[in-house]
Amino acid sequence: MKKKFDKTAKSNAITYGMVIAFWVIIQIMIYTDNISSLMKGLLVPVCAYAILAVSLNLTVGILGELSLGHAGFMCVGAFASAFFTICMKDVIPVAGVRFTLALLIGAASAAVFGVLIGIPVLRLRGDYLAIVTLAFGEIIKNFMNILFIGRDSQGLHFSTKDSVALGLEPDGVVLLKGPQGITGTSKDSTFTIGIILLLITLFIVLRLIQSRDGRAIKAIRDNRIAAESIGINITKYKLMAFAISAGLAGIGGVLYAHNLSTLTATSKNFGYNMSIMILVFVVLGGIGNIRGSVIAAAVLTVLPELLRSLSDYRMLIYAIVLIVMMLFNWSPAALEFRERYSLKRLLHKNKAKEAA
Amino acid sequence: MKKFMKFASLACAATMLFSTTAFAEGETFKIGGIGPITGGAAVYGQAVMNAAQLAVDEINAAGGIAGAQVEFNFQDDEHDAEKSVNAYNTLKDWDMQMLLGTVTSTPCIAVAAEAVNDNMFLLTPSGSAVECVANDNAFRVCFSDPNQGVASAQYIGENKIATKVAVIYDSSDVYSSGIYEKFAAEAANQGLEIVAAEAFTADSKTDFSVQLQKAKDGGAELVFLPIYYTEASLILTQAAGMDYAPIFFGCDGLDGLLAVESFDTALAEGVMLLTPFAADAEDELTQNFVAAYQEAYGEIPNQFAADAYDGIYAIKAAVEQAGVTPDMSASDICDALKVSMTEITIDGLTGTGMTWTADGEPNKAPKAVKITDGKYAAM
Repeated sequence: MKKKFDKTAKSNAITYGMVIAFWVIIQIMIYTDNISSLMKGLLVPVCAYAILAVSLNLTVGILGELSLGHAGFMCVGAFASAFFTICMKDVIPVAGVRFTLALLIGAASAAVFGVLIGIPVLRLRGDYLAIVTLAFGEIIKNFMNILFIGRDSQGLHFSTKDSVALGLEPDGVVLLKGPQGITGTSKDSTFTIGIILLLITLFIVLRLIQSRDGRAIKAIRDNRIAAESIGINITKYKLMAFAISAGLAGIGGVLYAHNLSTLTATSKNFGYNMSIMILVFVVLGGIGNIRGSVIAAAVLTVLPELLRSLSDYRMLIYAIVLIVMMLFNWSPAALEFRERYSLKRLLHKNKAKEAA
Repeated sequence: MKKFMKFASLACAATMLFSTTAFAEGETFKIGGIGPITGGAAVYGQAVMNAAQLAVDEINAAGGIAGAQVEFNFQDDEHDAEKSVNAYNTLKDWDMQMLLGTVTSTPCIAVAAEAVNDNMFLLTPSGSAVECVANDNAFRVCFSDPNQGVASAQYIGENKIATKVAVIYDSSDVYSSGIYEKFAAEAANQGLEIVAAEAFTADSKTDFSVQLQKAKDGGAELVFLPIYYTEASLILTQAAGMDYAPIFFGCDGLDGLLAVESFDTALAEGVMLLTPFAADAEDELTQNFVAAYQEAYGEIPNQFAADAYDGIYAIKAAVEQAGVTPDMSASDICDALKVSMTEITIDGLTGTGMTWTADGEPNKAPKAVKITDGKYAAM
């Protein structure tokens, strides 16, 4: 038991260390002016996608439920926080305070949606969560595309038709313009904030996995009937994991929204494609492997940009890389090959030889 | 797997290090371009990329801008704001001095926010949302969305084409809903009655029978289509299928309608569109451009191509007016061009005597064209 604990502690330390080392290396590169603008621009998205991948891994890997609407929670967090920021631009001029509040609002609103969806669906067995989250993601995206919110001296006005229907006074401004989304969000996300949020996300997820609650969640994943028979409250633990996962996705959304000056809900950034993309990060990084999620998210976000010089072929190469990674990760032949030629094993062999 | 990942990330880190070692030569002007050349909006980005390259080649063959050659580098943004910023940063690493882009509105707004921080001169050929040129370093070649809506309503009203109008628009698209809103506001002033205003979204753009039926039931003589040509081709086909033949009137997004695959162009007979460019215009400039474009790329250029072509020549004129040299930094060039853009006058493909105001908007007259015998004809 002691040894087991040490092993997880060591593995977690490597995960934190990896993220911190990444931060240090990038800081040195920025300080010595050795970094390209492209890489600089990719730093915040990498953090955001890593957070999303880690949070989805909590649902898929630890809870063992399939969620196909993770981008929907990201969307809720992004719009809630961006709306808050744009409303409070003049009221709270200090960017740090405003952004902290925006983070809390984004995470809380996404978590609330997580609970709302989880209550009915997580009571069921089977793939219902996948179906419902898929629908949820699409509904949220389309809802954001028809929602208009304006503000004037009378207060806030809402409409789902067009901005004329808001009936604003002459001094009013339209804050959320349906398909045009929110424009003019201040750019508060920085790489350091992103890394801190990623570390917090990792801390929450890794602590949860090791805690008593986490063991209960894993027990439900492994054998629901056995878990029920020893008195674990299935719905409570499922809901807990799912809500935390949704809330963390909201944080990823906040980071995303405050990195660009325009926020629109298209199928590219908050639709089905993005949900699948996050799932790809999780699957390629290893289901249940938190560190793998971070690495896969980082590599797969940066890769298509680094391949820009290949112009039209880059999407092709990206697809091939995905397939190769999938085979390397999961095919039985590749697993056997890795087992035989793993560095650890080779080192071990040498040691054994030396001892002999 | 973990080992592999480590190697992969090391490889990426190494690439990052090497990618920063490119230097400017100070001999050539470096113009960057951004737009979608893959994905759903690829046709617009392709047109802009091709036409801009054509203009750059012409300028270089004629001796360049003020004696300096021009380099043009076009990056893909997949019509996505985040990717667009990545493309912009890639171009910055390439030491871009001026930006022709981006092609579509939402990415343009995101890039404009980055460009104003860097004080980079930005001229968007076709980013039509109001916010695209909100900053003083940004200009555009095309009309803004509100302008198109107002101009369409005025044209219909003043030429007494119809009084009962139906609108079918894409509520999930900035361009489409932007035009619709201003059209609706101006229609009241022009004595037009909007009998049906039917929306669709990007997720449901294959069946328009409900929208068309409502327009028909409302007795609309004219259906206004502030949308892109792919959906318009479906609407025309479905309207023909239900024996409904009103006048169809569109904006510059309809340009390209005749090139849709497996679309019976006979259905497009009589469609009117308000566009600053018509590929079969009689003037010499247009004819030369169309011939050169067709020779190089094998297709008839659309309005995005014309905007991009004019954009490159506008940059050329502004650079010559300001007298900037290739060894100046992007920020200095921007400061100079901000002023000179408002001083130049250009006779381009999309209008004669085009001028720009300090808020980034062009002054030019829209032209209405009608499709007759499978071709655009000026009205």
